[in-house]
Amino acid sequence: MNIGPALRILGAVVLTAVPAFASGGGAEIADPAAGWDELWKHFLIDVTLIGGVFGAVALYWLFKYRADNINQVGTGPTITRAQMFGWALIPAFIFMADDFYLAANGWTLWNTYRTVPKDALEVKVTGSMWQWNFEYANGVNSDVLKVQAGRPVVLRMTSDDVAHAFFLPKYRVTEDLMPGRITYLWFYPKEAGKTYVTCVQFCGASHADMSADVEALPAEQFNNWLASAGAKPAPDASGGQPAPAASGEQPGGASGKAL
Amino acid sequence: MKEWIFTTDHKRVGILYLIGSMAAFAVAGIMALLIRAEQFNPGLGVASEPTQYNTWLYFHGAAMILGFLIPGLTGWAANYLIPLMIGAKDVAFPRLNALSVWLFWMGIVVALLTFVIPDPPDIMWTGYPPYSVKTAGNTAFYVFTVHLIGFSSILGAVNFITTIIYMRAPGMGWKQLNVFVWSLLTGLIIQLIFVPVLAAAVTLLLFDKYLGTHFFDASAGGDTLLYQNLFWFYSHPAVYVIFLPAMGLLFEIVSTMSKNRPFNYNALVAGMIGIVFISGEVWVHHLFTSGMPDWIRVAQMVTTLMISVPVGIMVMSLWGTIYKGSITYNTAMYYGASCFLLLLLGGLTGIPLAMAPLDLHIHGTSFVHAHFHFIMGIFAAFTVFGSVYFYFPKMTGKMCNETLGKLSFWLNFIGVNVTFWPLFYIGIAFGMPRRYYDYSRIPEATPYHHIATYGAIMVGLGITLMLVNWVYSAIKGPKAPENPWRSASLEWTHAVSPPPHGNFASPPTVSSDWTPYNYK
Ligand code: HEM
Ligand SMILES: [Cu+2]
Ligand SMILES: [Cu+2]
Repeated sequence: MNIGPALRILGAVVLTAVPAFASGGGAEIADPAAGWDELWKHFLIDVTLIGGVFGAVALYWLFKYRADNINQVGTGPTITRAQMFGWALIPAFIFMADDFYLAANGWTLWNTYRTVPKDALEVKVTGSMWQWNFEYANGVNSDVLKVQAGRPVVLRMTSDDVAHAFFLPKYRVTEDLMPGRITYLWFYPKEAGKTYVTCVQFCGASHADMSADVEALPAEQFNNWLASAGAKPAPDASGGQPAPAASGEQPGGASGKAL
Repeated sequence: MKEWIFTTDHKRVGILYLIGSMAAFAVAGIMALLIRAEQFNPGLGVASEPTQYNTWLYFHGAAMILGFLIPGLTGWAANYLIPLMIGAKDVAFPRLNALSVWLFWMGIVVALLTFVIPDPPDIMWTGYPPYSVKTAGNTAFYVFTVHLIGFSSILGAVNFITTIIYMRAPGMGWKQLNVFVWSLLTGLIIQLIFVPVLAAAVTLLLFDKYLGTHFFDASAGGDTLLYQNLFWFYSHPAVYVIFLPAMGLLFEIVSTMSKNRPFNYNALVAGMIGIVFISGEVWVHHLFTSGMPDWIRVAQMVTTLMISVPVGIMVMSLWGTIYKGSITYNTAMYYGASCFLLLLLGGLTGIPLAMAPLDLHIHGTSFVHAHFHFIMGIFAAFTVFGSVYFYFPKMTGKMCNETLGKLSFWLNFIGVNVTFWPLFYIGIAFGMPRRYYDYSRIPEATPYHHIATYGAIMVGLGITLMLVNWVYSAIKGPKAPENPWRSASLEWTHAVSPPPHGNFASPPTVSSDWTPYNYK
């Protein structure tokens, strides 16, 4: 997944896909992945500036202040008390200002990452050596994570054995899974498409092969899949009712309903 | 032979540390080449099975940090230089010093047993449970390595802190210390506070695995996250145990070769002390994806970013040290000069890792590898290599071959950049994960892995030439003049090369206007 196309896709999504889903005026869901790309650009500008200035100065001085003869000594100024504080405190404040700028932007995006939108599709994820299991509210179990395009997805995750980590490069998000704890992450598959999840917490011999497909399907297709897949492992009592997670039995309604 | 084994002379102890840590570096370096060979193409390559790769990677990480960098800096450099720089005959507790170097060697031997025991550790240098408890690998060897080297470094820390406080030459005030002395003092204070935490963490791991306790076992009321917290509560500060002395050595090289005082010495020292205070409040940046409560992830994003304040002040001093300097370039200064750039590269790429939301995409990727290699694996290692060249005449009384030195520098410097820039890129662009022997899911990363492997081969060549140069020059090198770099520091002005047992013919005293950076 190259970052260029990803950026373009995201740009296209913002410009075109949003109105398509905006029938209820509800396309206000902030997308963490887009936020990530945006903040990454800020970061790149920030460090290119700092790194460029300091790097250029270093190279220039390392070149310029070469000794003409071997017995020469440096003539760096000795500084006064005021200069001593100045040269410490002024840079300190500049660095601190930059820190706060980055931290403030980071915090905002952090909140986006950690605030699950209403009406997200909830899937239970269990990691184990070395596979992923996805369980839907109607009891369907799958080794492929199928989700509905245009609807946020929240994953409630735990592990059966050792620590794993759920990494979705396309959606710019990672969170660990551990036995005895339930962690969560959410992402926003705006468009239909295929990608993958891969494990990034070392978990033994097949750590590198602990990967699964992630498919975002158009609403109708997704709902059909969920209903028919559910037929196999017995769509038990919990199938329809629980409001928060059970996705639509009404295919038509779901896509328009984006809250 | 006997006089080396039973030695209590700090200089010999120092050289024993240097030999041990370079041996660890060499073996871990061979592991690095095997790792790069395995990652050359997706799928299983040179390793016979994945666990073998994991063992290489375990050894590489553990040996580079516990066996090479920490002992190289707080063992070799501290031992060899501290007593000489402060004008002391030896360290405060010479026998304890001998004990700590032998504990270190035992630690190295236990680590090397990785290659002969059945089911060697395959748990990475972080050793996270539950995997490290469940694995068939012998986690105990990891634990004992940490115990031995940890105990060795606690003894070393006590010894050097005492030495620096009580054994300075008459008249030598706190503002007249070499920067390296300050950097080591602050680094060792951190080491002394935090190593016991790591020792406790791995001991509990041992109990869980072999004695059936459940400290980290969630199914019996334990908590896997506890280990991660304890581990990083030590291991983040540990990067300052590496970073501070590395900066100290860099200042010695750069000041001397620029014939310029360290700029704004007082602020520089304040920056180092500042790092001591901040070092214990940032460990959660290694746990940004570990399901810690959100408030603490945000809080430690802020504290982590704040590290840029003391580090920034140190950077100002470093840059100011070359301003209007009078720079001559030997091999040591080649390494010193390159460290300006490596410090920027390694430091600035730490910023997105400090920013919790950005970390969510890169936490598990090769971007992290590239970042910490630039700051630790390369910056800190280059300060060690540069310092070996710099103090070579002092240690051996011989000059090192400069042509070979510079040639191997260029191989190393170009090689590391060729190796690690691609890893930055594929981490961001493709999400290339860490610790993967196979990346069949990401075939587009293959050409970048090719480049990285070629770079590593270059470094392997550079390091080999460097080691050959050191050994050859130590035996065959031309005799060194007394003070070849025209330093003003006591180890050069008051002691012959190599200094005899007891260091100084008569104990030096210093006047109130003396500093180790008064160049004439
Ligand atoms: C030029 C020499 C080196 C090369 C080519 C190299 C290469 C690598 C590579 C490719 C990995 C990651 C492998 C994977 O993700 O599967 C790695 C991991 C690592 N390296 Fe190096 N490395 C070098 C030197 C160093 C040095 C000097 C240090 C000293 C601090 C170091 C410390 C580490 C650590 C701590 C890890 C992480 C191990 C883990 O994931 O548990 N490396 N190295
Ligand atoms: Cu894994
Ligand atoms: Cu850290």
